[in-house]
Amino acid sequence: MDVVHPLSGTIAELIWLVPVLPFLGFLINGAFSLTSAYLPGPLDPSSDPTSGHSGHTGEFPALQATHHGHRHRWEKATTIIGPAVIILGFLLSAAIAWTMIQRGGDAPFIQRYSTWMPAGTLQVDWAFQLDHLSMVMVLIITGIGSLIHIFSVGYMREDPGYPRYFAYLNLFVVFMLALVLGANYPVIFVGWEGVGLCSYLLIGFWFSDTNNADAGKKAFIVNRVGDFGFLIAMFLLWSNLGALDFAGVAAKAATFPVGSGVITAICLFLFLGCAGKSAQMPLYIWLPDAMAGPTPVSALIHAATMVTAGVYLIARSSFLFAVSPTASLTVVIVGGVTAIFAASIALKQWDIKKVLAYSTVSQLGYMFVGVGAGAYTAGVFHLVTHAFFKALLFLGSGSIIHAMHEAYHEGHAHHDDAQDMRNMGGLRHTMPFTWAFMWIATLAIAGVPVFSGFFSKDEILGQLFERAHGSTLADAHWFGIPGSAILYLFYGLGLITAFMTAIYMTRMMLYTFHGENRSDEKARPHLHEAPWIMTGPLAVLAVLSAVGGWVNLPEWFTEKLPVGRTEALHHWLEPVVGHATTALAGAQPPTAMSTELSLVAAAIACALGGILTAWLLLKPAKLTSAAKAPAAHGVARVLERKYFVDELIQMLLVNPVIRVSRTLLWRGIDVGLIDGLMVNGSASVARGIAWVGARAQSGLVGNYAWAIALGVLGLVAVMTLG
Amino acid sequence: MIGPALFFSACLFAIGVMGVLTRRNALILFMCVELMLNAVNLSFVALSKLHGVGGQVFVIFVMTVAAAEAAVGLAIVIAVFRHFRTVDLGALRLLRG
Amino acid sequence: MHTDLPLLFTFHFYLFGVLAVASALLFVTRKSPVSAALWLVNVMFCLAAEYVMLDAHFVGVVQILVYAGAIMVVFVFVVMLLNLGHPSETSDFRSKGTRLAAGAVALLLAAEVLTLMRQPWPQLASPDVPDNVVRPVAQTLFTEYLLAFEVTSVLLLVAIIGAVTLAKRGTQG
Repeated sequence: MDVVHPLSGTIAELIWLVPVLPFLGFLINGAFSLTSAYLPGPLDPSSDPTSGHSGHTGEFPALQATHHGHRHRWEKATTIIGPAVIILGFLLSAAIAWTMIQRGGDAPFIQRYSTWMPAGTLQVDWAFQLDHLSMVMVLIITGIGSLIHIFSVGYMREDPGYPRYFAYLNLFVVFMLALVLGANYPVIFVGWEGVGLCSYLLIGFWFSDTNNADAGKKAFIVNRVGDFGFLIAMFLLWSNLGALDFAGVAAKAATFPVGSGVITAICLFLFLGCAGKSAQMPLYIWLPDAMAGPTPVSALIHAATMVTAGVYLIARSSFLFAVSPTASLTVVIVGGVTAIFAASIALKQWDIKKVLAYSTVSQLGYMFVGVGAGAYTAGVFHLVTHAFFKALLFLGSGSIIHAMHEAYHEGHAHHDDAQDMRNMGGLRHTMPFTWAFMWIATLAIAGVPVFSGFFSKDEILGQLFERAHGSTLADAHWFGIPGSAILYLFYGLGLITAFMTAIYMTRMMLYTFHGENRSDEKARPHLHEAPWIMTGPLAVLAVLSAVGGWVNLPEWFTEKLPVGRTEALHHWLEPVVGHATTALAGAQPPTAMSTELSLVAAAIACALGGILTAWLLLKPAKLTSAAKAPAAHGVARVLERKYFVDELIQMLLVNPVIRVSRTLLWRGIDVGLIDGLMVNGSASVARGIAWVGARAQSGLVGNYAWAIALGVLGLVAVMTLG
Repeated sequence: MIGPALFFSACLFAIGVMGVLTRRNALILFMCVELMLNAVNLSFVALSKLHGVGGQVFVIFVMTVAAAEAAVGLAIVIAVFRHFRTVDLGALRLLRG
Repeated sequence: MHTDLPLLFTFHFYLFGVLAVASALLFVTRKSPVSAALWLVNVMFCLAAEYVMLDAHFVGVVQILVYAGAIMVVFVFVVMLLNLGHPSETSDFRSKGTRLAAGAVALLLAAEVLTLMRQPWPQLASPDVPDNVVRPVAQTLFTEYLLAFEVTSVLLLVAIIGAVTLAKRGTQG
């Protein structure tokens, strides 16, 4: 390339430093956790008679340790280094983003550091690609990451594994940055696997509890299924397109005809990977269990960043999906079904984190609907706003759980489930800041106007309707079903999902903060607001949740209320996904303003209707604490048990595997074949030969002479006869 | 005369083998081995009429080795006799498994 | 070669051959080590005569000197040293079955070797071997096989040292 990139020579050259900083943090904190007098992780709940029920609560063995008055030896150093490396990274990436805005330049800024796999024609480099899409992601990761790191200081300081926690968290940021900055699929895959590893490590952070360790394993194993898809996609890319870097793949993909089978296969395998990482049907099952990890982890990894990697990957591979309407429609279908499915489960969950987990799955479904329908900007936009308000919701729930736990301990109360909403209620009096901030997030996720979620969700639904009305996608067919029918259907389902979202979020807020407090008498006076180090990040996130939508204001809004630039994010991402967006949209007349406004009205009606429904129908006063609550019946029971999916998997998948393993693999192959026939068998054969040999070794010279004589006789006989 | 010489050689060799297989006395066994070596020597000499004097040179080497073997072997026999008070190989069962 | 051998020569060749085989048979069947050794000396003499008749005069002389004169004397000497020369001692023969089997093996071996020998022999070297072959033997020994010859001297030295060490009394009881 002769043309000098406008970013070369600027601070953007330092993009490598953004992941290197957290890596240093990982090394230092990791060293702390290794060298210090490290208390054995969480205390075993069964050995502690004062906390009989803490096994059910999952969270906060930390406080039990506090009870014994332990803090990690390197707690102060970790407090400074852990968040500082991320904050520095955020400042650096903000400076880079500023340079990018100033200098512009549509082409991606690719930095090659070294060659990774020089194998014949396969050349894979360690290379970073800085463009508009990865810039957005880097800002989200370092920005939200900084806030969550700061929050973690307050949340995890008492934990004996404090430096280990920050080491994992720093390492996660490293891999996440590698994921979004990678300039080719293999580098992305490194980050992809790395975040999976960190997710596993952090879900099972309190690993001495079997449930937590199992949840980590579940996440890891389910993700393997998706990663297999990613790998196959890469193999197919290499064998059919002969390239693995984005520029090369994009150039080659454009030469394929629309609807090409190869590209569709690649896209579907890629999407399998995305479905695993981003918890879509049918691989969503790991995410709710992943809530076993510390709550800030849920906020960072399982809400704001890692789980959105799938959305990012599809947006990144838009040049592939643009060639395959079938794959794009599949993404829409899976995303849409997941969205409504998860939303319905969230309606009846009692664990506050489970509500948020299913809500995350549901919102991820929205994002996939967006990117599947070719509205890549809308999908990424929702990714951004979702990162704001879902991080806020998780951190808020963390603050609640933290308060509940401390109250149980300080009040020496019976240790109920600190995450069950039936044990909460009325917290707005004791935790006013958290209450206010979480209401902002709730309004945002429900899609109430001017909050961030409203704009992003509305854009996805609006784009979906527009595409259904007439586009390349609508003209395509998915197993004989016309695309427009699918898009219309999922527009309708999207509206219903939005309605359900509003209901379950309001329900969560009502049960948690409103009504009477249902916790233990002894614990109640000890409930208090979280320290500033935790409410501070909440406040920042609350502001972002409120105004974050302004990065991409729709035209109809700015026309009436000229407060910001129209569709700023859309223009920003235009160089990356613009081509694919137009390819999937096709030549379509712009939607009339009246149609657009009525769509907006429908969305607002759903949001407000949901909130109102929940407000009117749900009576927090009627709730009893979890221990006394009656079992649910009928539909409610099905929803509460998550459609029995886990039980179904246990029955159809896990149990047969266990049975086959136990009978065939263990008893048959391992014990019978390997141990019996091969190991012991070869031993007996050796023993038998040795027995014969020992008989031959009589130690008598005469016998040896006989043996020699007969041998000579035989040899000479062979020579004679031969 | 090569044919008859080889015939006698084969006979002597077979007799040597028979001696090794039938006797237990270590001394006689050694003598049997010497007989076998002599049988081979006869073949060497006979065939040297066909193939040149190399065969005779080999006979000289065989004799040297036989002399060395006899020296060491008889020394061993003496050592064995001192230890076991016999040269019967049936008595030497220390190597027996 | 000697295609027109005189009858007397042929007679003597066979005579000494038969004598050698007969002596060998007597040798392996004697109980007494001393008589066995003496029969073996007889075999050696017969073989020496055969060597001379096969134009290997040097080898014949060395046969008498080394085998009959040195090696066999050592054997007899050891027999006397260990006082084994009494035939009244229990027989060292193995059982009758073993002896029969050994005889069968020996016969089979002889038959096989003879069968092998009936095959035509390839002629490799020049046939014009002179009647007195001491000079060519020496020439070959000290030129072509010089290294082997020298190594043999080392072997003999080692054998002497080994024999002395083994037979020395008192070191190991």
